[in-house]
Amino acid sequence: MKTKENILLDIKDLHVWYRVYGGYLKVLNGVHLMVREGERVGLVGEAGCGKTTTMKSILQILPPGDFHIPQGQIFYKGQDILKMNFKELQSLRSREIAMIFQDPTAALNPVFIIGNQIGDVIKYSSAFAENEHKEKIKEQSIKALKEVYLPDPERMRINYPFQLSGGMRQRVCIAMAISSPRNLLIADEPGTSLDVTIQDQIHRLLNKIVEKRNTAIILITHSLGVAKEMADRIYVMYAGTIVETATPEVLFKNPVHPYTKGLLASVPKISGGGIAKGIPGKIPSYLNPPSGCRFQLRCEQESPICSEKPPQLFEIENDHLVACYLTQR
Amino acid sequence: MKFGSFLLKRLLLSIFVIFGLSIVIFIIARVVPGDPARMALGPRAPEEVVQRLRQEMYLDKPLPKQYFYWIRGVLSGDFGRSLVTKRAVSEDIKEYLPATVELAIFAGILMVIFGILLGTLAARYKDTWVDNLIRILSYFGVAIPAFVAAIIFMLLFGYYWPILPVLGRLSPGISYPTRITGLLTLDSLIQRNFVAFWDAFKHLILPSVALSLAHIFQDARINRSAMVDNMRKDFLSAERGYGIPERVIMFKYLLKPSLIPTVSMMGMEFANIFANAFLVEMIFNWPGLSRYGINAMMSKDLVAISTVFVVFGAIFMVMNIIVDITLAFLDPRIRLRTSRGI
Amino acid sequence: MRNSNQPNNSIAISLVRPKFIFWINLGKNWYKFSRNKLSIVGLVIVAGMIISAIFAPWIIPYPDHTGPFVDFENAMQPPSLQNLFGTDYVGRDIFSRVIFAFRGALIMAVVVLAIAVPPGILLGLIAGYLQNTWIDTIIMRITDVFLGVPPLMLALAIASVLEPNLMNSMIAISLTWWAWYARLVYGMASSVRNEYFVIAADLTGASKFHILLREILPNCLSPVFTKMALDVGWVILIGASLSFVGLGEQPPTPALGQMVSDGAIYMPNLWWVIVFPALAIVLAILGFNLLGDGIRDMLEIGRD
Repeated sequence: MKTKENILLDIKDLHVWYRVYGGYLKVLNGVHLMVREGERVGLVGEAGCGKTTTMKSILQILPPGDFHIPQGQIFYKGQDILKMNFKELQSLRSREIAMIFQDPTAALNPVFIIGNQIGDVIKYSSAFAENEHKEKIKEQSIKALKEVYLPDPERMRINYPFQLSGGMRQRVCIAMAISSPRNLLIADEPGTSLDVTIQDQIHRLLNKIVEKRNTAIILITHSLGVAKEMADRIYVMYAGTIVETATPEVLFKNPVHPYTKGLLASVPKISGGGIAKGIPGKIPSYLNPPSGCRFQLRCEQESPICSEKPPQLFEIENDHLVACYLTQR
Repeated sequence: MKFGSFLLKRLLLSIFVIFGLSIVIFIIARVVPGDPARMALGPRAPEEVVQRLRQEMYLDKPLPKQYFYWIRGVLSGDFGRSLVTKRAVSEDIKEYLPATVELAIFAGILMVIFGILLGTLAARYKDTWVDNLIRILSYFGVAIPAFVAAIIFMLLFGYYWPILPVLGRLSPGISYPTRITGLLTLDSLIQRNFVAFWDAFKHLILPSVALSLAHIFQDARINRSAMVDNMRKDFLSAERGYGIPERVIMFKYLLKPSLIPTVSMMGMEFANIFANAFLVEMIFNWPGLSRYGINAMMSKDLVAISTVFVVFGAIFMVMNIIVDITLAFLDPRIRLRTSRGI
Repeated sequence: MRNSNQPNNSIAISLVRPKFIFWINLGKNWYKFSRNKLSIVGLVIVAGMIISAIFAPWIIPYPDHTGPFVDFENAMQPPSLQNLFGTDYVGRDIFSRVIFAFRGALIMAVVVLAIAVPPGILLGLIAGYLQNTWIDTIIMRITDVFLGVPPLMLALAIASVLEPNLMNSMIAISLTWWAWYARLVYGMASSVRNEYFVIAADLTGASKFHILLREILPNCLSPVFTKMALDVGWVILIGASLSFVGLGEQPPTPALGQMVSDGAIYMPNLWWVIVFPALAIVLAILGFNLLGDGIRDMLEIGRD
């Protein structure tokens, strides 16, 4: 099952820089991530660690002008996205990969009705290339809205985004993403801006969809608990690098990287044990990041070798990779 | 329904504004030292003539009474008599207003088309030579006052390169079409008088371009800035990420929300077109209400001045309402105030 | 009445005086300003104008030419080393007159803004703070009246019913201009007043004056400064438009618009009589526009 042919997305050593006053914010510092067909990948990391930037790089929708990719490759089905021409990119976006944004309010155009927006996504996705027929598109959009369990889709279609509640907007975003068949979905902290019960509903909905269609999904979340439930494999990200990746069972049972250990220890347990122990310090400046491992300033087991070069991901046991010099002692 | 009452409120407010304006002008004209009658007739006019004029202008009566007489006149359509043309101001308005309206509409059309076009181009090709060229042109365009542009055109086309007429609305020798709307281009078209149409059109070109120049670029700047702001927004990235082609994104999903600040600006700039018309009409000898207004101002023809103001105030009122309606059409959040949600 | 023993400095988070912050962040502010090269051009132009205005008495080669002066022998000369911009139809040196008129325009703009802006800001503050009271309504309705017509039109109307001289044209423009600032500040004040730090200041017993001046006002100032920089250019434009039709400085004192209008009849042969004053006007507006944009980039948050 885990053969090379099944690899859908393969991000190799991605570096992304963002230009600001005084230099560059070196946000991503060598990201490696792999998604196989039908696999559910959880990407976990704290706010500001670069998860969204990575995802936006996949689809090449980083805000124009200020971003710079000095090195790295993103392979999709064998082809490097960073080298794709415009037509290929468009085909990628309309047929293969779709992203569900974190903030549904910002992700929907405020002056167009929902039906219009979904309709256009459908219209321009190559799966319906010949079908510019208005009726068919309308049907399809209603179908998509139904799939996300939005009540009364016919009436919902003619509403504007601001007339819907937050949860509904998030569902609309999901509907847009699944309105035509895709191979990979990217869900960026869906439901984070909403209350927890709704967030849970959204997660379940995503799960259902993904199961039904055997779509691969990258689920971004800052909650390890959610990742444990939903993912086949978890990637832990810190300050623009992937520090550890494994299946949930292995990760929870045997975390190796000090950051992962710290994360797990930070989760308060109902069974008692006092206030959870956090990780002292904060994420390093991206403007002048430390050379070598970016976690060194907060790491209890830091040693001189950590500041020489960033550690590479190293497979310590079957399918469990860690980027830390501790593993190499 | 809510929007209807919103419009109504705006209407009432505008009427109040017009009256307020007329009061302001009225007060300033009479309160400030200086004898309007004397100023109008000049220092050499005999005293009896001046006295008679004073009586005619009700200058000997208390201020509120003067205003009352004037308002009473206005409401019944009698705007008083012009000192300069010696006939009813309402006649003058009927004669001269269409010329100004025609000019303003042409200039307005130019402004809308080129303003949006240039702004969109600049945003689409942001940071390339297209954008930089348009931005530099904009700075210059905005800095050239309408009267300077008008004079430059006079020079260029009146002397060096006489391909376009520079004076008046029609060349001598071409007869005016029968008056229906007063807009020469429209009237001649209706009557299929293509010779007159073409001639009138040619006469319109220079003044309207001179008038609209600065405003085109002002609108282009706002349009560009609105588009650039919206380009960074998440919904744009999302739409692009779903594979919607670039041209649809540009011309539909980017344009519509960007038009909202642009249209507001265009309303203001359109009003400024009328203001600049005062000088431009003078230069091109365009027989419009603005030129009439300037002459009235020069001759201290208070009645005419006040009336011209009221007329323009009414025009702006109508224009503001049109702008409001357009904005409501563009931005559903204005239209549907009864909705819940953020 | 408030008990005078109460502390009247807000314990709440009152904004540190913005001027102080400005100088601390000068490096960063300069970066923001200079990101757009054009803003630097604007700064250079404006600096040049201000310098030439200040040193005018020393720069002007022929000071008498700015008053009643005729020299028909020398009239209508094209630009030369003797007369940089040439002479006009009565022999006056245009360069001197342009500099002088330019200086006049600049001074006028500064005076107009000095007269119009403070009352505008004050009224806007009061109306914004006392939102939804009768005071607010009255102030804003009056503002609406003055804003109902484009500024050029209003200034023309007011100036034309008064005697034509410099003072009256300044009065006319000031009367037109205050309303824009009132509206601007009103918008800002009415949103700022709902911020927590204002409410907190009120709760701890700060006087209304203090709230207005120390809490609300500093937060409204950035757009005001931007607007003021831009407005110098616009006031010069309106002043030129007024003098074009003969309102404002009376001859023989030179004014930019007046010089353009006088020179119009001598076109196209004596092109220098119009071109230089017109250039001066355009340059002034251009410079202040560029500068104003740069100031906006510096003071306000990310625009393009």
